[in-house]
Amino acid sequence: MSTTAGHASEHAEQERRRGGFSSRRVFILAAIGSAIGLGNIWRFPYVAYENGGGAFLLPYLVALLTAGIPFLLLDYAIGHRHRGSAPLSFARLRRGTEGLGWWQVGICFVIAVYYAAVLAWALRYTLFSLDKAWGADPEAFFFGEFLQAGDVAVTADVVPGVLVPLAVVWVAVLAVMALGVQRGIGTLSLVFIPVLLVAFGVLVVQALLLPGAGTGLDALFTPDWSALASASVWAAAFGQIFFSLSVGFGIMITYASYVDRREDMTGSGLVVGFSNSGFELLAGIGVFAALGFMAQAAGTAVDEVASGGIGLAFIAFPTIINEAPAGALLGVLFFGSLVIAGITSLVSVIEVVISAVRDKLDTSRLTATLAVGVPAAVLSLVLFSTTSGIYVLDVVDHFVNQYGILVVALVSMLVVSWALRALPGLAGHLNVHGRPRVGTGWRVLTSVVAPAGLAVVLVLALRDDLAEPYEGYPAWLLGGFGWLLVVALPLVGLALSRLPWRSGTHLDGPPPGADPSAPATAPTGARTGTGHSEGGLR
Amino acid sequence: MSTEAVVMMVVAMLVVWGGLVLALVNLVRQGAVEDRSDGA
Repeated sequence: MSTTAGHASEHAEQERRRGGFSSRRVFILAAIGSAIGLGNIWRFPYVAYENGGGAFLLPYLVALLTAGIPFLLLDYAIGHRHRGSAPLSFARLRRGTEGLGWWQVGICFVIAVYYAAVLAWALRYTLFSLDKAWGADPEAFFFGEFLQAGDVAVTADVVPGVLVPLAVVWVAVLAVMALGVQRGIGTLSLVFIPVLLVAFGVLVVQALLLPGAGTGLDALFTPDWSALASASVWAAAFGQIFFSLSVGFGIMITYASYVDRREDMTGSGLVVGFSNSGFELLAGIGVFAALGFMAQAAGTAVDEVASGGIGLAFIAFPTIINEAPAGALLGVLFFGSLVIAGITSLVSVIEVVISAVRDKLDTSRLTATLAVGVPAAVLSLVLFSTTSGIYVLDVVDHFVNQYGILVVALVSMLVVSWALRALPGLAGHLNVHGRPRVGTGWRVLTSVVAPAGLAVVLVLALRDDLAEPYEGYPAWLLGGFGWLLVVALPLVGLALSRLPWRSGTHLDGPPPGADPSAPATAPTGARTGTGHSEGGLR
Repeated sequence: MSTEAVVMMVVAMLVVWGGLVLALVNLVRQGAVEDRSDGA
């Protein structure tokens, strides 16, 4: 056996041990499951409403086509070509950029820790919906009886009503993760994504049949064309697309590394991108139809009741459920959809961390799941099942999204595009099996338009946070759980990149046989653990 | 609903869900082409 063939065989064995999706359909459903999360349901409708209503569609579509999908394809190309977790893929792209991958891993770990808490709330509220346990005042119930939130402080006072569902969420998620990529994540996506579509579809139909639904849709879709002149509206569109598509922080790199080498990643990316936006549009219709009903029942205008995020889910919707015919069904469908959308996103976030640990240390799936999942679950239970959980969650969520995801995404794009000049090689890889082909247009969008869009979003967010403390929280909370965290993550990433790779790890560009766009004479010798760069522009 | 809102809603549906249908058609057709190539 030749050396090249030997290395290819060795790598094939490593890929077999890593696992992978059994088919394109499973990968697409898993990627859709990752992209469709809580933000699609509770963030998009309000962002659209607040930023020009129907007119928001224009910047939103521009952001999707010029930044979201191009960036999604960049993630796919990096992971699919280099066949590894985020740190391994970046190390194979160029050894010195491995820290970017670990930075992304760190962000995913933090997100997993708090995201599970919101799922626990939604899980509990699914049950509350059956008898409308929140009573006549859902706001007082949510902050008082349910979360038992007191003054803004970090406490150790455990709330059993949050602790138990949170523990259930973690046990369920870790069981899925232990089963592996196909049997765990793949099967979960195959079952849950169709269920989500049916459940949410029924919810939308039920909402559209409520009196006042038209008023809500009128509020959402009536265009305010003057909004298009505002930079903040365009920034909101780019921000919504980035946060919603799960791009730039390792998820799509990791998932793409589990896909068959001959797969059409460009076509798959288009399906995932439009599916995500299609679901957001559906969510907008359902949510605003329900808000229109709420406004009519209260005898007020829609702008009096419109809200997003936690306020929409845990205060506005319980109010709607109280008034609506078959409200219990509406509640189960809404909170059940949140749970399903959230859990398929949560597994993708944790997979980024587990995959990186497995690649680095060559551990078994179960060992990596426990090594990542147990500390994450313990942290999650300690921080977010207490009476101060909601404050910590709010701050961590805000800072990790605004200055974690946005910054690492921006830095990654700039490094790949301008420092490594890797886009032509990545485009060549996408074009071997992908249609439509990507070319100069994609390279310009990925290296100029998408980074520029991200930079504007980042600057506007920074301006707001420097002008006044986020939500008026005290400086110690914002400093400790906000700024300190976002500064620490890249440093931790850099430190982890200094640890040695397991013996035999190929770090010399794409692994043998992984890149059909490479010339036949391309060097395939596996220099393990060296500082060689691929640098490959073809 | 106002006419303006109805038009914007229909346009949004056509663009986003139409885009999804086109993306699916592209993927299916590309898969069929690949299958024929493999079989040749």
